[in-house]
Amino acid sequence: MNYIRRHCSIRNKVISSGGKIVYENPGSSLDEFMDLALTSLSISYPKFYKMDRLSKLGFLATEVLLKDLRLLDKYKAEKVAVVISNSNASLDTDLKYFESTKTIASPALFVYTLSNIVAGEICIRQGIKGENAFFVLPAFDPDRIFEYAEIVMASGKTDACIAGWVDVLGEQHDVFLYLLEKSNNGGLEHTAEQLQKLYHLNYGPVDGGS
Amino acid sequence: MDQLMADLKRQIIEALNLKHLKPEDIGDDQPLFVEGLGLDSIDALELIVLLQQQYNIKMANPQDGPQIFRSVKTIAEYIKTTQTA
Repeated sequence: MNYIRRHCSIRNKVISSGGKIVYENPGSSLDEFMDLALTSLSISYPKFYKMDRLSKLGFLATEVLLKDLRLLDKYKAEKVAVVISNSNASLDTDLKYFESTKTIASPALFVYTLSNIVAGEICIRQGIKGENAFFVLPAFDPDRIFEYAEIVMASGKTDACIAGWVDVLGEQHDVFLYLLEKSNNGGLEHTAEQLQKLYHLNYGPVDGGS
Repeated sequence: MDQLMADLKRQIIEALNLKHLKPEDIGDDQPLFVEGLGLDSIDALELIVLLQQQYNIKMANPQDGPQIFRSVKTIAEYIKTTQTA
């Protein structure tokens, strides 16, 4: 059995950790919200401003998820995996890049026209060197996420896994990430039903706010 | 030249999303890459795009990039030289 040690969400411009709000700014645009959240969370990381929206959301969620945890003191960098899924892939950035090609294509946008870049940005920031996977699914699918995270944890190569959902298109955004461990440090049992329950914790209907 | 360098600092911050910086934070002679502002290879490509969009300058030889993009001052000198040529 594996255990969900922590979980966090970003939806409707509200960042929650374990169901408790850690930052909210519903009146702002998504771009403003993410930049202000970085400042509010006292995170200094200049490269954040160069990231696309998908990477920024994944970055912020992981910062909140792992806050004060010192994960790599407990696990080898090669033993921590990142498994993310969403339904819009990198479409948010693809559209911006396509727009830029009408004049001069932007190299800085082009490098984010792959959905799994968000996993790379998380790994660079956190120093994680384990398995990465990114799945594009029709909708949040707790069964698929549960199954793949379990496979990764059973591989013998992974002791902890950051898994979940990071999705964005325009102002619409939906993030749910959790930290999975083999040891039970007061965590919740890892089941698809549990993921479904946590995903909907404190969540209203998804609203782009636009 | 001073006005051109001031414009360049503002344009670089905007084009490269250096939101943590203000124009006055960038020295005229400060190296832009590695030990200076820490720009990377993607930023170098964005600087080439910036020259093309803002100053209608297409770099004839990309191998000259390291010298041209050494600092705001060297970029300004390149723009001046190219526009008067």
